[in-house]
Amino acid sequence: MNGLLRVVAAMLLLAVCGQAAAQDDLAPPQQERYRVLINELRCLVCQNQTIADSNAPLAADLRDQVHAQIVAGRSDAEIIDYVTARYGDFVLYRPPFKRSTWLLWVGPFALLAVGLVGAMAFLRRRRRDAVTAQSVDPERLREILEDKDA
Amino acid sequence: MRWQYLLPVVVLAGLIGLFVFGLQNDPREVPSPLIGKPAPAFALEPLGGGSAVGVDSLKGRPVLVNFFASWCAGCQVEHPFLMELSRRGIEIVGLDYKDTDADGLRWLRQHGNPYAQVLADPGGKAGLDWGVYGVPETFVLNADGIIVYKQIGPMTEDAWRTRIAPLMAGGAE
Repeated sequence: MNGLLRVVAAMLLLAVCGQAAAQDDLAPPQQERYRVLINELRCLVCQNQTIADSNAPLAADLRDQVHAQIVAGRSDAEIIDYVTARYGDFVLYRPPFKRSTWLLWVGPFALLAVGLVGAMAFLRRRRRDAVTAQSVDPERLREILEDKDA
Repeated sequence: MRWQYLLPVVVLAGLIGLFVFGLQNDPREVPSPLIGKPAPAFALEPLGGGSAVGVDSLKGRPVLVNFFASWCAGCQVEHPFLMELSRRGIEIVGLDYKDTDADGLRWLRQHGNPYAQVLADPGGKAGLDWGVYGVPETFVLNADGIIVYKQIGPMTEDAWRTRIAPLMAGGAE
């Protein structure tokens, strides 16, 4: 058990070292920027992974670019511009709001609004129908029932 | 007939339309933001060595720029068709992406060389600047050196006839 724990601890340490290797020449605030940026960018080879997660050679190239540009003193916006100029807004996990992306941003909320309006209309009509049912004239009802009994 | 009964049919028809649209779009084909822009600069040595060549060498006539590699399976698929295009007199410039000169040259000897010129991009830096994310990719440049089209994946007879040939004919005028 103790041996197993030690192996696991060693493996964890190795994993952490592997992560750190690419960024150990960066100052802590730059490391944080590097970490945030590579988690914002999509790898185009394996499209549902960030370039931080992906092992594809292209993702490694892009990580190196992000790293080199941070070292060169570029701002986050400049680095994002660099990548989108080459690969388009698709590489961003949070694409900017503009003409080609408005449906992406607004669509889910529009669908939710349509659903809410539909549900409200349905509920309101059901309540109105219920009111109609209660508004049966009790006198008339008794008459019918008594008439049937007779 | 009350309109409520039509609602599910309308919703279903809308969904079918959406799915048909979705199925006809390959998510792997990410539109390039470089369409309509000048081809990105590079300075690359010809495969096998020589003095570096710049992007200006591609100007003056419509040309195909084909990113390929000896390790790339899709490149073997499109290769016979590139040979055919070259026989028809189409100028194709090859960029050997993330490859060694030795492997690239051996591959061309083995399969034939459809390229007017082959440049080596061993580090993939030119590929990165051109927005290449998976070889083969083929860019269509007009005479002004503007990228007018990008073929992602192997070049096919169909893509050539319907999309690329008209663009290259237009650029030649």
